[in-house]
Amino acid sequence: MPYPEMMIKPMREEVTRLGVEELRSVADVDAALADANGTALVFVNSVCGCAAGMARPALAKALQHEVKPGRLYSVFAGQDLDATARARSYFGEYQPSSPSVALLKDGEVVAFVHRHQIEGRHPDQVAALLTQAFDSHCA
Amino acid sequence: MTGHVFHPGHDELHGVTVVITGASGRTYVGRWHERGPRGITMRDVAIHDPASNPLVLEVWLAKQQKFGVAATEKHFVIPIEEAGSVRRFDSFP
Repeated sequence: MPYPEMMIKPMREEVTRLGVEELRSVADVDAALADANGTALVFVNSVCGCAAGMARPALAKALQHEVKPGRLYSVFAGQDLDATARARSYFGEYQPSSPSVALLKDGEVVAFVHRHQIEGRHPDQVAALLTQAFDSHCA
Repeated sequence: MTGHVFHPGHDELHGVTVVITGASGRTYVGRWHERGPRGITMRDVAIHDPASNPLVLEVWLAKQQKFGVAATEKHFVIPIEEAGSVRRFDSFP
């Protein structure tokens, strides 16, 4: 069941102020991801404090890296249900989890950071996973 | 807002993805919710049963780590007598 929007708004803004475009509808997702050319990051946001509370700062730190994906998007799991389900349809055989981060290149997932890789880790450690993927696939 | 927890008062494994070895030989991967009198309650659980799964456990676990937990059970309680060792999934080799 979605949380009240007033509780979610700061979590959305913590991501969008990084220059990440939030996708709130199926149409938004298709418009963003149907064009498979280049690299695109999709951050699956979440209310979960224990994991998402690490994932958002990790994303912020990773996006300070010199090498970054060409396009940056987010969906909000548990809130924007249809948009999240649609975004996951672009993730192939990768299982849904939130928070998580998918890196796509030419329409294929080339790196994925799952929730279980975020739980209990410092944001710097999660950011390192992301920047390694950026260096490997976005340079 | 970063670090805000909506579910205070739970134990330290709450929300953490763990691997639980069952006395039956089954292995459970999912998010720990709580330990109660009936057993361990988990969320989004994948279960490896060596009697029916064509993949050996190590290969199955490696697949869960690469592609994520392929949950078949949204909510699941592992009875006390079934629950064995508990390890965090991110520490699994």
